[in-house]
Amino acid sequence: MGTGRLYAAVAAGGFRRYATYRVATAAGVFTNTVFGFILAYTYLALWHEKPHLGGYDQAQALTYVWVGQAMFAVMVLGSVGFEEELIERIRTGDIAVDLYRPVDLQLWWLAADMGRALFQLLGRGVVPMVCGALFFDLALPGGPLPWLACLVAVALGALVSFAIRYIVALWAFWLLDGAGAMQITWLTGVFFSGMLLPLNVFPGALGDLARLLPWSALLQAPADVLLGEADPWATYAFQLTWAVVLLTVGRLIQSAATRKVVVQGG
Amino acid sequence: MAGVGPEDPFDAYGVGDRVRDGLRAYRMIAAMWIRSTMAYRASFAMTTFGNFAATSFDFVAILLMFSQVDELGGFSLPEIALLYGTSAVAFGLADLMIGSMDRLGRRVRDGTLDTLLVRPVPVLAQVAADKFALRRLGRVTQGLFVLGYALTTLDIAWTPVKALMIPLMVCGGGLIFAAVFVGGAAFQFVAQDASEVQNAFTYGGATLLQYPPALFAKDLLRGVTFVLPLAFVNWVPGLYVLGRPYPLDLPSWTAFAPPLVGVACCALAGLVWRAGLRSYRSTGS
Repeated sequence: MGTGRLYAAVAAGGFRRYATYRVATAAGVFTNTVFGFILAYTYLALWHEKPHLGGYDQAQALTYVWVGQAMFAVMVLGSVGFEEELIERIRTGDIAVDLYRPVDLQLWWLAADMGRALFQLLGRGVVPMVCGALFFDLALPGGPLPWLACLVAVALGALVSFAIRYIVALWAFWLLDGAGAMQITWLTGVFFSGMLLPLNVFPGALGDLARLLPWSALLQAPADVLLGEADPWATYAFQLTWAVVLLTVGRLIQSAATRKVVVQGG
Repeated sequence: MAGVGPEDPFDAYGVGDRVRDGLRAYRMIAAMWIRSTMAYRASFAMTTFGNFAATSFDFVAILLMFSQVDELGGFSLPEIALLYGTSAVAFGLADLMIGSMDRLGRRVRDGTLDTLLVRPVPVLAQVAADKFALRRLGRVTQGLFVLGYALTTLDIAWTPVKALMIPLMVCGGGLIFAAVFVGGAAFQFVAQDASEVQNAFTYGGATLLQYPPALFAKDLLRGVTFVLPLAFVNWVPGLYVLGRPYPLDLPSWTAFAPPLVGVACCALAGLVWRAGLRSYRSTGS
């Protein structure tokens, strides 16, 4: 089997694995929709108070809410994904078995996570978005081109999301317990991705900083591409830079960690 | 509870006894989990702080909003802080007491619920106290901070009645949220892996109540007032304290209803729980 086909199979496995939990997916869609409604009403009040806040008009702000709900599961904002499992494998030592496999550890988990992200986009992204569009006046693009441009930004965002969580998981080689690291990642992720509030509403230097950090690639970037508020190519360059940097860091930590592994017999 | 005799003279083991047994079992299981938590004090301190920080974020979001505007839906920051604080503390208390209820779906799926059924202790008490997490005090503390900020900055003429309203909201609200937790868990006897639906009502409800009701559509308000009475956690009594009318026409005495609504909700949730438990079929695995 060619390497390309191997990773495609792993990705398909990641997709199918999440597709199995239909009730859980439906429940997730319900929750995202409920939160979408609550946020949409608060944003309506906020933009009513100050129209064109952060450069968005009201329809754009509402669109941002529903893009956020659609990205919630895709980018793993506010829950945990593969990293919990990887940390567990590191803690128990099962990771030694993984390292003996003739596949690349990082690419293996990346493929599986991309399969998951694709499922979450279809399973938990589409329905809340449609629901939002039915109940609120959204600023959705008419032609297919901005949607395609947004999809590319979503894919790159998913790559950055994976790269961050892979680094976090590898810390378990040293910490053995990943709970603290996961919690910190989760907190910074929710805050700096723009899940609480669009980053362009953040005041002053905090806003500038937030837009430079990798988390803005997860939600703010795809949303701005969809809204026509950001140049797609510049956005891709930003996302790709962070993806390359973080994946490289992950790889370096991986090789350091692999050297550290002591396989106990028995 | 001890002074109340059995309701049916022929049934020596009445509702009162069951409740007393349940509470006793709950206390013992919770104490066990607290002891196990305290074996790792540093870890406890860190996770409690994490809980505190995590729950602070939605208030940080509100602060960020107020860095751009002076009021939201006609409400000032201290007024919203009052709604936020009461909602957060009420929810935090319910979450602390029985927040583990959302694990029920997992127990139904993997069959470990069966081990709880064979013990001579009420199942509800066992599930409620399961993995009792003292770190959830972080959420309560965070809510108390915001509530404290609200109470010190609010510009209202305090009367004894209004002051009494604050603990009333927190306790009554806690009961209402507790009922939602129990009802949601009962739903998982049927749905099994739908714990996220429960999140929509628990976390979603708490988030909703952090904002003034005037922000939301009338139908949504009717839903959370008359169907799932979350509005009684803090909206109805809170607006009374703030001297503002509730967007729906409610008589003013309803501001004092939270404890009653809370008890009624808990009784209803208890019935739903029993129905759910009766419908339970083990996976057999």
